[in-house]
Amino acid sequence: MCLGVPAKVVRIVDEERTLAVVDVCGVERETNVTCVAPADAPLADLVGQWVLLHVGFAMSVIDEAEAERTLEVLRELGDVEAELEAIADGRRSLE
Amino acid sequence: MKFSSEFRDPAKAEALLKAIERTLDGMPRRPDRPIHVMEVCGGHTHSVFRYGLHRLIDPRIEFVHGPGCPVCVLPMGRVDDCVKIAERPEVIFTTFGDAMRVPGSRKSLTQAKADGADIRMVYSPLDALDLARANPSREVVFFGLGFETTMPSTALTILEAERAGIKNFSMLCQHITIIPTLRALLAEEDNQIDGFIGPGHVSMVIGIRGYDFIAELYGKPLVVAGFEPLDILQALLMVLRQLKDGDAHIDNQYARVVPEAGNTVALDAMAKVFEPRPVTDWRGLGNIAQSGAQIRTAYEAFDAEKKFALLAADVPDPQVVKCGEVVKGRMKPTQCPAFGKECTPQNPIGALMVSSEGACAAYAQYAAPRLRTGRAVEVADA
Repeated sequence: MCLGVPAKVVRIVDEERTLAVVDVCGVERETNVTCVAPADAPLADLVGQWVLLHVGFAMSVIDEAEAERTLEVLRELGDVEAELEAIADGRRSLE
Repeated sequence: MKFSSEFRDPAKAEALLKAIERTLDGMPRRPDRPIHVMEVCGGHTHSVFRYGLHRLIDPRIEFVHGPGCPVCVLPMGRVDDCVKIAERPEVIFTTFGDAMRVPGSRKSLTQAKADGADIRMVYSPLDALDLARANPSREVVFFGLGFETTMPSTALTILEAERAGIKNFSMLCQHITIIPTLRALLAEEDNQIDGFIGPGHVSMVIGIRGYDFIAELYGKPLVVAGFEPLDILQALLMVLRQLKDGDAHIDNQYARVVPEAGNTVALDAMAKVFEPRPVTDWRGLGNIAQSGAQIRTAYEAFDAEKKFALLAADVPDPQVVKCGEVVKGRMKPTQCPAFGKECTPQNPIGALMVSSEGACAAYAQYAAPRLRTGRAVEVADA
């Protein structure tokens, strides 16, 4: 829950509520991008960018090399699996 | 010295370890004990053990594992509060999965769920808000746990609940903040911490200036670090160089993610929704003034403590485990009389044994192979 996981912004789904869909290791997840919204550029500029995702919120824009390195460490710590499991839990909780 | 092939760049790791040794050679050796460097963040603790850094580093230094794992410092009384709310028939109680197994004085959330309470693990507070939308006849409560890394998410969720006029959503706030905690640790006269490796993702939110008092008042260095093993070794070297030069300051090894001023959008949302709580109870550390957050009166409609007129339970830590001594760095997990006996990863008594970021769970998983089943120890020999 404390370590962010790198995710890639796929599309913006709600401009007003600053919601986007991101891809976390092949799993799509709705994400709040308020904290990384560009100050004076359209939200759509985030599409294609890598972000650090914390419990459904993008907290930092990172470059691709950083994303790859972080993913590798998280995989080794077993945290990517845990994160994907948590995302699946979140989905199940709504069923 | 042999390195695990898991180091992406063993040559860099070796160069850093050599530089650490050389720096230590240029310093007078402490007669009483090794130099204690506290990694504050549970994520760093996990990384230290996963890559065996505690065995690779020079024996003149020792990692002390800090309190930066919110699950590990969650007191029993707060788990009792969660269970009390979760057992109400109208409530759907939602939480990050990490908190499920933390023992309360009566039961954990896992046990309460088995006994019939409607408790659901969610990934995000936004999932809890969706649940509230989908179940207008139920009260959905989210357990807001965590340091400043998760605080922006819960603050923004409450702001969204207000915007959308969702009345059946509330949050039990158990946010804790890192600066007062470090203040409390350093204020203890017999603390044995010489320098700090500062948390990465907390600092991404709060920035690095809040740590200045550590250098200014206590003359101790703090270096904010990333989570890769090389990040941690480099930060360790930066801490040692400051100690050697007698020039303590706050440094940022993780500038690629951590801006000096933090994330101002996140900080604004947090300041809007939360205010300091007069006193917060920490497992192992006891009561620390101003160390936690509570929901401001302006948002009390979303405060589960007010909605359910909760009287906070004050429950002492279990006597058999010495979590407090471990969190303060005075005792290694293996020196606790309950470690590996009454308290194991399968049946944790202390919260440090619950989370993979807790020092005791890390020891059990990586440093004390006798306790483990299955996975082999993959770290290099020192």
